[in-house]
Amino acid sequence: MTEELQDKKTPLHDEHVALGAAMTGFGGWLMPLRYTSDLAEHRAVREAAGLFDLSHMGEVHLEGPGAGAALDHALVGAASAIAVGRARYSMICAEDGSVLDDLIVYRLGDEHFLVVANAGNAELVARELVARAAGFDAVVTDRSAETALVAVQGPRAEEIVAAVTTPGDVEAVRALRYYASAPVTLRTGDAGAGGEVAVLAARTGYTGEDGFELFVPAEHARALWAALLAAGEGHGLVPAGLSARDSLRLEAGMPLYGHELDTTTTPYEAGLGRVVRLDKVDAQGAPVDFVGRAALQARKDSPPARVLVGLRGQGRRPARAGYDVVRPDADGAPGARVGTVTSGAPSPTLGYPVAMAYVTPEVSAEGTELAVDVRGRAEPFVVVPLPFYQRS
Amino acid sequence: MASFPENLQYSREHEWVDDASPATVGITSVAADALGDVVYLELPEVGTEITAGQVVGEIESTKSVSELYSPVTGTVVEVNTAAADDPATVNADPFGAGWLFKVDVTAKGELMDAAAYAELAE
Repeated sequence: MTEELQDKKTPLHDEHVALGAAMTGFGGWLMPLRYTSDLAEHRAVREAAGLFDLSHMGEVHLEGPGAGAALDHALVGAASAIAVGRARYSMICAEDGSVLDDLIVYRLGDEHFLVVANAGNAELVARELVARAAGFDAVVTDRSAETALVAVQGPRAEEIVAAVTTPGDVEAVRALRYYASAPVTLRTGDAGAGGEVAVLAARTGYTGEDGFELFVPAEHARALWAALLAAGEGHGLVPAGLSARDSLRLEAGMPLYGHELDTTTTPYEAGLGRVVRLDKVDAQGAPVDFVGRAALQARKDSPPARVLVGLRGQGRRPARAGYDVVRPDADGAPGARVGTVTSGAPSPTLGYPVAMAYVTPEVSAEGTELAVDVRGRAEPFVVVPLPFYQRS
Repeated sequence: MASFPENLQYSREHEWVDDASPATVGITSVAADALGDVVYLELPEVGTEITAGQVVGEIESTKSVSELYSPVTGTVVEVNTAAADDPATVNADPFGAGWLFKVDVTAKGELMDAAAYAELAE
């Protein structure tokens, strides 16, 4: 309980309490775990829409003529190749190639980038970006505290966000492509603040559905939250907590830092080698020596010791993070250990247990029959491709 | 402070038991709320001899798994197959339709009354 007392509260904390949310500590923040029901919130996002408070995430801005070059040096991806108004999934690695955090990089202007980091890593990422940008003509500013982030996710998200958008910007919202962002003005109905607020609207998310992430000044977060809840009422929108967020991202096969990614993992083992741009070049066409490059080059050229796979449960008992993946034994007892589950849950959408796990390469082929040691009993699982769920 | 049915007795592990014969056992609303949506129940088989304080099954929710302890010692005479088929019943009505199993009780574990349990649950 003392841990909870130390957790930071988002600008939307009072809204969560008023909605009767069960709160939980996550990444140093006190966050809504669920409002009413994990399953109902999960299903609402798949079938209609969910409203999430993501204000715990970190927002670090890089501005200046050298901002792109600084990020090319600091991250594994080629930030300077992102078009203005577009976004890309990337990672920040240590010199040894291990993952310090996974990020989304938004290019807001020629000389302006926004890096969004996980809550628990936000301070580290801001610190690292300041250190790694030294020597580049760029200013690094951590605006996490003054920025709230609200996500509307689900097939009805566009209708709901459009409903709170000022008439002149509705077309911009509707036309926004996946992994693109645009500055738009939303109507909050908060007369004291003029009834409008300028936000950055991004068509990104962590649920496997269409949706928007809205970066809003912290002081306008409550008015925007209320406006979205009201606009979403006829569309089946419900507030959704971290529990639904976790089961949604798991079905969508998306990694969660601390589970699939950590400082013992490189992007290659996680099956995310595509984000590492060993071929990136600077403005003069010379190769960019980014942090972690040498280690990642070596890792790319050697076979991985373990591979991230999807597992589908054949029975009803779900695997959970930390459980051993084992070879199935004829007598139903757990056999030799071949890996570890990183995330696991009963899939609300699919109706069977799903899990992600690191396993040795020889048992990583699709269709391989394995088992998970679920508290002493071997439960049958089979290797399946990720993601488990893809929207149609 | 939350209130709980006065006719039941409660264990520290958030199970309840009534004083009928056979006695009915379930989990409390506190346990059901903490678990979140229950999606899978593993209940003891009919005929099993169980001991108070012993693990007799498990309750899985979307978010977590929790062991099911027996608040009493005796023989399992019936399990709630309807709840096993539709575990959401446990969340919807933990003190009623969401009961878990019935026991021919030979001894009770350390139990408390509703007021004491309400204090524990605070």
